[in-house]
Amino acid sequence: MLEIRNLHATIDGKEILKGLDLTIRAGEVHAIMGPNGSGKSTLAKVLAGHPSYEVTGGEVLYQGENLLELAPDERARSGVFLAFQYPIEIPGVSNANFLRMAYNEKAKHEGQEELDPLEFDDLLKEKMKIVEMDQSFINRAVNEGFSGGEKKRNEILQMAVLNPHLAVLDETDSGLDIDALRVVANGVNKLASKENAIILVTHYQRLLDYIQPDFVHVLYKGRIVKSGGKELALELETRGYDWIRTAVNAA
Amino acid sequence: MAQAAREKENYSAACRAFTKTRAGLDQPWLTALRERAAESFQGLSFPTTRDEEWKYTNVAPLLEKQFRQLFDLDLSGVQAKRLESVTFPEARESRLVFVNGIYAAELSNTSGLPDGVQVANLSQFASGSDQFPEAALGSLADHENDTFTALNTALIGDGAVVRIPRGRAIEQPIHLLFLTAATEQIVAYPRVLIVAEEGSMATVVESYASLQNESCFNNAVTEVIVNPGASLDHYRLQQESERAFHIGTTRVRQEQGSRYRSLAISLGAEISRHTLNVEHRAEQIETIIDGLYIVTGSQHVDNHTSIDHAHPHCQSSQLYKGILDGRARAVFNGKVFVREGALLTDARQLNKNLLLSGTATVDTKPQLEILADDVKCSHGATVGQLEEEEIFYLASRGISSERARALLTFGFAGELIERIGIRSVREGLDRTVLDKLHQSLEVE
Repeated sequence: MLEIRNLHATIDGKEILKGLDLTIRAGEVHAIMGPNGSGKSTLAKVLAGHPSYEVTGGEVLYQGENLLELAPDERARSGVFLAFQYPIEIPGVSNANFLRMAYNEKAKHEGQEELDPLEFDDLLKEKMKIVEMDQSFINRAVNEGFSGGEKKRNEILQMAVLNPHLAVLDETDSGLDIDALRVVANGVNKLASKENAIILVTHYQRLLDYIQPDFVHVLYKGRIVKSGGKELALELETRGYDWIRTAVNAA
Repeated sequence: MAQAAREKENYSAACRAFTKTRAGLDQPWLTALRERAAESFQGLSFPTTRDEEWKYTNVAPLLEKQFRQLFDLDLSGVQAKRLESVTFPEARESRLVFVNGIYAAELSNTSGLPDGVQVANLSQFASGSDQFPEAALGSLADHENDTFTALNTALIGDGAVVRIPRGRAIEQPIHLLFLTAATEQIVAYPRVLIVAEEGSMATVVESYASLQNESCFNNAVTEVIVNPGASLDHYRLQQESERAFHIGTTRVRQEQGSRYRSLAISLGAEISRHTLNVEHRAEQIETIIDGLYIVTGSQHVDNHTSIDHAHPHCQSSQLYKGILDGRARAVFNGKVFVREGALLTDARQLNKNLLLSGTATVDTKPQLEILADDVKCSHGATVGQLEEEEIFYLASRGISSERARALLTFGFAGELIERIGIRSVREGLDRTVLDKLHQSLEVE
């Protein structure tokens, strides 16, 4: 599904990713953890094609093709999805219109039939159940006036509507209370399948109580310095990151 | 100075010509009002950019032009199809239409309004036995100090009078449509008087449109009285041709416990100016004045507003948004006065501008003057471009950056358009805005 080899990326001339390697197969859930400033969010944004980041080396193969050559919207249409850490508010554009437009762009790309507002409404109502979202959100402006938890739910709703092959969830757990965390995590679990892959970028173990990762990676100083199973997350929870820092800095 | 004198003489001559056409037709009170205004006009000068209130809007290009005032109704320039595009079905039987400043009975229809609601041409009152407008007309619009208002008042002929009777809630929106449709450069002096009597409720759409691309000048004055406990929604829609000139003044007086909501939209005209003043005369008043302007090419739009909080326990909120492209220029000047003793005033004001080009300019001046204690006031202004983060967000959902820009721009305006309570007007504006932005974006 995704193969990242020796990836280097900079923002404003500052190198953040310094030779990152990661391989992800369909059906897998990967958690990327690491201390603040290690490059977790940078990785998420580079995969989605954020224009502020410049890839200075390495390659990213997505379904066998060079992902880095694609514009952000092309990546999205071919099945890459980024759930934002800080979702953007778009006043004046209803959630329904926005989601239908996004859905139809992808449908068109895949040679599927586009949906008119009524047809899409039915689909949307089904998808909203996944994140236990109230119908009133359909006609509200995208993320405008939403609480932190509502915004994150809306991200997962978008994921449900767009049905991506590769979903990158950037700190989706941050700013959530325990109830909202449960709803969001349940939503993600319902959407996980053998055909897709999920990358969870997170700072805390608690999300992983709800979404069981197959692999846990520690990102530090722009590289994956340690990989393991879900027990690695527990170890990080109890021991913190200092032992990793010490090991890396000694090497 | 010679030039200015000549310009003024042209308009004075127009006043004299007009007076002749009305000789013996009107009640003495209207003739007297006109005479007083004509006298004021003689003592006033047209504003220049040396006047603080007109610092950023130069009316010289307007004054240089020769406009003709028409006295007879001519419907030859009004095609049914074009008329349809500037009217809306909800007000099919509750509208007045004026063409080139003259009442067009053939195009007007008020049969759908309940008995007791008066929506009629001013001339009908001016010559008939019902003298209702006598006390109200000219009571708010300041012909003594404002040149354009003086000129409009001196030339009051046809106009729209709306009176919502005490305690009545009128469902149908009332549409007052002022069209210019002439093959020569004409000037019109639209005049509107709206009185919402105690405890009444109504929606009025006041709109200005051109059916020809000729350069016309509308000098419009509207007076609105919202009596105790009354609620009025007032949409003002200026969508004239981009060669038109538009100077509009709206003066509002609110009484105890009343609510007034205005949305003023300016899309057309080469130079347009709208002055909106709201005066509070008692307590527990709510005022919402919103505005939207979209200008492209070399258009110039100016909004001057003021809200006078003179009594305690009143609220006002104001959101004016502008989209500018090309070399367009926008001026916003919003004053909020909170007078001594206007305790517990809650006043919010915001002006937001979106620049789509590097050559468009905005002069914005939100002003807040507070003389009372224990008040909650905020004001601010922003001028910016589309955010890269917003575009990226939409792109990350598969929407091309071109469409993302269109959607975001549209959404910027949509925040105000979606507040319009009349479906056809809302949808019509959506289409107009999209056309205006030269973008075709599929929305429901």
